[in-house]
Amino acid sequence: MTAAASGRERRGGDPALCVLAVVAVALTALPFIGLPAFYESFIYLAFHWIALATSWSVLSGYAGYFSFGHGAFFGAGMYTTSTLTAAFGLPFLATLPIAALVAALLAAGIGAVVFRVKRLRGELFGLLTLAITFVLATIVLNTPIDGGPGVYLSNVPIPKLVPSPNGTIYLLGLVLAVATLATARIVSRSRFGLGLFAISDDEDVAEVKGVPTFRYKLLAFALSAAVAGAAGGTQAIYVGYVTVGETFAVTVPLYVVLMSILGGARHWLGPAAGAVVITASLYAFTSGERAIVGRAIVAFALVVVILLLPQGVVPTLLGWWRSRGTRHRAASEARAVSPDAITVADTDEVTLGVTIDGRPNSGDATSPVLDCRQVWKSFGGIQALRGVDLAIERGAIVGLVGPNGSGKTTLINVISGHYRADRGEVALGPTPLTTRAAHEIAHLGVARTYQVPRPFARLSVVDNVALAATFGATPCSLAEARNEASQWLEFTGLQQRARALPGELNLHERKFLELARVLAARPRVILLDEVLSGLNPAEIGSAIRLIQKIREAGASILFVEHVIRAVVELSDRVTVLNEGQVIASGSPREAMRDPRVMQVYLGTSHVA
Amino acid sequence: MPSATLLGQSVVSGLLTGGLYALLALGLSLSWGLLRLVNLSHFALAFLGAYLTYQLGTAFHLDPWLSVLAIVPFFFALGVGLHLVFARFRVTEFTSLLVTFGLTVILESVIQYFWTADFRRYETALSRASIRVGPLYVPTLELLACLTAAALALGTWAWLTFTYIGKALRAAAEDPEIAAVFGVNHRRQALLVSGVSAAYAGVAGGYIALISTLAPAQLWAWLGVVFAVVIIGGLANPIGALFAGFLIGVSESVTMAVVTPAWAPLVSFSVLIALLVFRPGRV
Repeated sequence: MTAAASGRERRGGDPALCVLAVVAVALTALPFIGLPAFYESFIYLAFHWIALATSWSVLSGYAGYFSFGHGAFFGAGMYTTSTLTAAFGLPFLATLPIAALVAALLAAGIGAVVFRVKRLRGELFGLLTLAITFVLATIVLNTPIDGGPGVYLSNVPIPKLVPSPNGTIYLLGLVLAVATLATARIVSRSRFGLGLFAISDDEDVAEVKGVPTFRYKLLAFALSAAVAGAAGGTQAIYVGYVTVGETFAVTVPLYVVLMSILGGARHWLGPAAGAVVITASLYAFTSGERAIVGRAIVAFALVVVILLLPQGVVPTLLGWWRSRGTRHRAASEARAVSPDAITVADTDEVTLGVTIDGRPNSGDATSPVLDCRQVWKSFGGIQALRGVDLAIERGAIVGLVGPNGSGKTTLINVISGHYRADRGEVALGPTPLTTRAAHEIAHLGVARTYQVPRPFARLSVVDNVALAATFGATPCSLAEARNEASQWLEFTGLQQRARALPGELNLHERKFLELARVLAARPRVILLDEVLSGLNPAEIGSAIRLIQKIREAGASILFVEHVIRAVVELSDRVTVLNEGQVIASGSPREAMRDPRVMQVYLGTSHVA
Repeated sequence: MPSATLLGQSVVSGLLTGGLYALLALGLSLSWGLLRLVNLSHFALAFLGAYLTYQLGTAFHLDPWLSVLAIVPFFFALGVGLHLVFARFRVTEFTSLLVTFGLTVILESVIQYFWTADFRRYETALSRASIRVGPLYVPTLELLACLTAAALALGTWAWLTFTYIGKALRAAAEDPEIAAVFGVNHRRQALLVSGVSAAYAGVAGGYIALISTLAPAQLWAWLGVVFAVVIIGGLANPIGALFAGFLIGVSESVTMAVVTPAWAPLVSFSVLIALLVFRPGRV
């Protein structure tokens, strides 16, 4: 409740948080009106599962790393509280923050190891967290923490916040559930949350766009575990008798995953909705044989929901509700703006109101903005780059051409930090980039496009651009970033598609979305990887005009392209790569007439 | 420090247990490696097979070997049916983990509903039989399980290596689209793999019924160990799974003899975690 209230103050009136606060106050009154203890206990269980499921979704729903180890953190909290109260006599309430801390540290420790692994795939993370649950259970069972017989907590005094002890536990559950929900709401609408959503769609791109993915995943994991730990501590007192078998059973991960997926793991309210539905239906099957039937039904619901409603109930319902409201509005808009109206030709009328690289140039005017010296990179036995030298002067467009497989995209990947060079140096002005993480390179002012556009599939077009702005070279708040994003969408002629999902765009629009994302980062250096491929001649013409405008706004551009006409028209200098080596460099016409270049492109017989 | 005989005995029993791990791991490794489906319900299927063997043996006094013969085609059909559902809903590698998790809980509930949560023991004439080799005892049933695992592993390896279907399957696992261009009918072959994998679960189940004491919740106890075996052995690598089973089995039983039995589960999980963290490219 306190978190909800403070959240409301900070955000100056998020309506959802206000509603949450009102509901919380109303529910606080419940222990005082003298309901039978049964209701308190039932509603407490609902709160318990709301807190667990919602906290799980912060990592697993938002960032897409499904953990089957929520039981480990829940159990860590449970045994922290039971050990501290039963063996050391600490007051119960004081153990709850410690339980949260222990669980968070455990998660941070695990995360610090496993998130360093590149390409840790989702199902491996799931299995790993499940294995960790069993390891923890074995350790607890074989050490004095439990030792086998379980821990009795019936003698631990429960503080009297309200007349009945049940009422106290009820209130603790309420506080935990509401605080977790408020946190989930705030996170899901924050810069942090946007970063997490991007991680679940395409982690590599998120990193290159400036999202500190490792830190964000770690933070989300620790936050999620802390709530599970506190929920475990509370549950220890509620059940009064803690055993390894019950604590680390598959019940917790199963129910938490099911509740979140049923309700919708990417929506802050989804897991809570799932938790209420499942808790209520489980209550109908409490004893003996019916418990087995209940568990089977829950599991069956999990299977059906994953197969039929992979998004979850809450987002599906919300989507249906919104589309009902907007359908006829959208229809009339479609009549007003025919699709043909959304062409790049529009960009001719748009003037660029902002500069891209607003910083004073460090060093003298002739020194390059980006400087690659003797860059080497190999993959196994394949030498992709063999001592590449390349410099981009401030405000220049440098064309990089070469046959397929000559190392152009590898060079972009090395500069943007996706790969680390084996040898050699890359520097942005005086700053070396070679050992930096990709998100730091993005913050310093390097942005790239992808040859095949890689937008975040489940973020709207405007959020795709806003993410690049908020995590770009000049960090700003999410609200500012959204404003700026619409400016860049206008510049690239995509303003009509701001609310669409990237999947609804055609190739040409997706290419321009790539450009908008790059521009929104306000970079000093832009790496364009074959932005023209797949476009028709008219589209190429307008794209060339767009790139000229980008240069006028102050950016320096590395332009990788196969369309030689565009390279000659746009570039100040051209560098030609072949088999990982620079074979020519100079003015466009000079470079393209170099005998070695002609040999590579046309074969020996044409070299006269 | 335990005596040489005790150590030798624990290595032998580790090898035999490892054979059983490998038997369970085989089917799992096939469906993960060739179909890109992480099939948790493999364990539930094996336990269903175990309970069916137990039921046929105790209620109808059917010879356990005949029971297994009856179960295998039934399970093959079950595996085919399962894959039809997965293919219909385009289950991915990741959602397969969730779906089969749910399926496992359903099957566990079904087993518990019919056979209760009580422990059950299937006694046969072979239950206490063993062969004596010098100072060491080799239980006959576990030896048979181990030999079955070795035979199936070898057979599967030969199938994948030398037959057209095996090569096509491996090609399709590598790149389904390119394989399709070369005329590989992955859909039908996938059904075959799923059927074979489920049939292996049936065989493993038969041995589980004969060797161990049954309780529905026990199926979770196999999960971590067998996944460790699958991952250490390498996906769709039957021989690798066999030797990984031996490795885990021996290291577990030596831990039991040298330290204490209660810490044994930690061995396989630690190996698994270490492998996932330091060699993630293997999977």
